[in-house]
Amino acid sequence: MKLTVNGEQKELDDGTALQVLIDEMNLEGKRYAVEVNREIVPKRQHPEYVLKEGDVVEVVHAVGGG
Amino acid sequence: MTDKKLVIAGKEYNSRLMVGTGKYKDFDETRKAIEVSGAEMITVAIRRTNMGQNSDEPNLLDYLSPDKYTFLPNTAGCFTAEDAIRTCRLARELLDDHTLVKLEVLGDQKTLFPDVIQTMQAAEVLIKEGFEIMVYTNDDPIIAKQFEDMGCVAVMPLAAPIGSGLGIRNPYNILTIIENANVPVVVDAGVGTASDAAIAMELGCDGVLMNTAIAGAQDPVLMASAMKKAIEAGREAFLAGRIPRKRFASASSPIDGTIF
Repeated sequence: MKLTVNGEQKELDDGTALQVLIDEMNLEGKRYAVEVNREIVPKRQHPEYVLKEGDVVEVVHAVGGG
Repeated sequence: MTDKKLVIAGKEYNSRLMVGTGKYKDFDETRKAIEVSGAEMITVAIRRTNMGQNSDEPNLLDYLSPDKYTFLPNTAGCFTAEDAIRTCRLARELLDDHTLVKLEVLGDQKTLFPDVIQTMQAAEVLIKEGFEIMVYTNDDPIIAKQFEDMGCVAVMPLAAPIGSGLGIRNPYNILTIIENANVPVVVDAGVGTASDAAIAMELGCDGVLMNTAIAGAQDPVLMASAMKKAIEAGREAFLAGRIPRKRFASASSPIDGTIF
């Protein structure tokens, strides 16, 4: 299935859990937050949250800013 | 005399200087400058992670801990109420139910002036969702009061455009905002050097928030030190009560007892 992650097209196996995508992004031990189709998905739901075709995923972290 | 502490959203702060974390050469410089500034509240931006991020790539939060500083996530770069709302929700998730945010919704790229109507729409939704909002706004006393009435925990009028370093362009409006306010007034944006920060504090502002003035200085760590002193000096001068301005001289030495 095709979906969009941080503005980029991505191909994932059908039924992939959000956590699998996050693990691929090497974010262990870091603070991040995830939104799917403009809705927050709380961290504790990531393992069972199943992504689907066309989902728009945003993974964010804190950066320097004023 | 001992000054009363600055209280924002129920939390006390010893420092009246708040600083941003952007535009530094590296995280080490960021940390040093912020340490020297004495600031206890620091702003951060919320941005996409890099795809396939290298796990040992340094991260801002490795240098500045949310345990040591009060984080103030901002909505910088948002031009619509919806984007600002989404950004605040992400920030709350990112920082474990943290509800204090700096709300800014910008009008255009050239001026980065606030879009007050979009900012108000965002504030209304966010306050209902339990966010504590420090709102970036124009130096407009009527609008500032409206943000307070909506329930914002601090009103943050600009001194001049973001990053411009032009200093306080409209001190009388800032003064009116301060006189009307029952929540802290923090000048946010436009400070260029230490004297600008001192002037803001002499007007009676509760605090000043700045980023570029420190990070963009030739020596950011030294400027952070200067700003700390300027904030303290300006605050003391405000509390001390300055003399009125007079058009003509008033001798400092006695007239009686002169030898001629």
